[in-house]
Amino acid sequence: MADYSIQELMIVAAAREIRDGEVVFVGMRLPITAYGVARLTHAPNAVGLFECGIVRYGPADGMLYTMGDPPNQLGAAWATGLVQVMSLLQRGRVDAGFIGGAEIDRFGNINTSYIGGIGNPTIKLPGSGGAADIAAMSKRLLAIMNHEKRRLVQRVDYVTSPGYLDGGESRKKAGLDGGPAAVITDRAILRPHGSDNELHLASVHEGHDVDEVRGQTGWDLKVLPDLDETPPPTAEELAALHEIDKDGFWRR
Amino acid sequence: MIEKLVDLRDAIAEHLRAGDKAVLGACLEPDVPFAATHEIIRQDLRDLNVIAPISDASTDMLIGAGCCTEVTGAWVGNVSGGLGHNYRRAYETAEPHKLTVHDHSNFSIGMALMAGAYGMPYAPMRSILGSDILRSNPEFRLAENPFSEAAEPVVLVPPLKPNVAILPVQRADRFGNHHHWGSRGLVFEAAMAAEKVILLADEIVEPEVITSDPSRVLIPGYLVSAVCHVPAGMHPSPMTGRWQRDNEFFNEYHRQSRSRQGFLEWLDEWVLSLPDHAAYREKLGARLERLRIVGAAPAAETNFAAA
Repeated sequence: MADYSIQELMIVAAAREIRDGEVVFVGMRLPITAYGVARLTHAPNAVGLFECGIVRYGPADGMLYTMGDPPNQLGAAWATGLVQVMSLLQRGRVDAGFIGGAEIDRFGNINTSYIGGIGNPTIKLPGSGGAADIAAMSKRLLAIMNHEKRRLVQRVDYVTSPGYLDGGESRKKAGLDGGPAAVITDRAILRPHGSDNELHLASVHEGHDVDEVRGQTGWDLKVLPDLDETPPPTAEELAALHEIDKDGFWRR
Repeated sequence: MIEKLVDLRDAIAEHLRAGDKAVLGACLEPDVPFAATHEIIRQDLRDLNVIAPISDASTDMLIGAGCCTEVTGAWVGNVSGGLGHNYRRAYETAEPHKLTVHDHSNFSIGMALMAGAYGMPYAPMRSILGSDILRSNPEFRLAENPFSEAAEPVVLVPPLKPNVAILPVQRADRFGNHHHWGSRGLVFEAAMAAEKVILLADEIVEPEVITSDPSRVLIPGYLVSAVCHVPAGMHPSPMTGRWQRDNEFFNEYHRQSRSRQGFLEWLDEWVLSLPDHAAYREKLGARLERLRIVGAAPAAETNFAAA
């Protein structure tokens, strides 16, 4: 195994999804680190949004447990309200948004509400937070997931955050543009493909293989013809990541 | 001006009723009024409909203590620990009671409070299109945009007018005038939409301090029902410029509340066996002092001179 952790590879892969000058709904944990790496490498003019009401240019200096923690307030570009920041989404002014989830299906719909459906759920998850809004209104949705068969399912029990819904034109018919652009997991990267917008296997991380990834996916995962190994982090990307992750939280 | 400085116990007893719709914190992760959460539990107020976009573990505590039977919000859990154990037990197995959830997204609850705040009959929005929130919460209406030539679905959100909003602020005077700074979440909408507002002020200051900077005021004091001086009343959540987040406290709560018995022990130790928030602060002792923000990063001077 190369000199980076799988989480570090996921962070770098997520960072590469952010283009320079883009406005990004960041979220916590892995994506916030990815945003920092993007800013320090190829996207120095990216802008980060946080639904509590914060807009930032550079990432916070200091440990964040939540997006509203004092280090994220200090030196912010804007400390305002949720309605103001989320209105940027609804106004069509957000390029990319990151969310995580417990369950995702082959059309990129995400469930963070009811495992087992509404009527008699086996697990009541915390709910949407801002995820439904981010999924509906970002131009590109980027999902971060652990790749397990019980999480990547044929059809989610409940669509908290819409992907391509039933595939094809159904998202457009629901009144939504945009949609999932990439699902970054701890084994692979999936991307929508074809007129159905079904998620396909786009690249596999080092140390993993296609059969294993397909075996850990709850639908018949099709493979893109130009499938490749996920490019490993470059020296520059790793240096940026280490500069942000001073305590080596993501190396473990 | 009318003096509104009262003890938190009296404010809750006077202004909050069983069955009320109550906002307990609207700033998302910061400024959750845990001191009021605890006082509500001590007074055993029942059947509350707790409204909050995300009020971290506060809603979970109220559910476990038997005070909250309805939740109107976007997210209930424990931001540090993930899932809310009391929330799960109530919803999945009706322990200690059945729980009704009015599902929202962050933006839809923002629109509901905004409609309440601005006296709008409803708020039109789009960002929960495609979501099953429209299915699990029948309060929304799906309509067509009457101003659009092409078919364009729009969600109509009914207004939300809470009976009470309980909101921590950094400083207030004894008349309810106050300053709040840092990110605001839905604090402004909640303060404007609620019939009554109770403030938990980290510090009580002279009225001149507040009038020196009227643009940092959420709502003027005449719209406030009560001000309570409760330093660190939002612990373990953070408050910009005043208190850091006590993340380990959330983790400890998460571990202990995993079982019903563990939660009841936690509740007894941190809420029921303590008479008030002063005793809670004393119990925290040096732990609370370590969370106090001692650095200085003051905003530039702002001139309001008229001539």
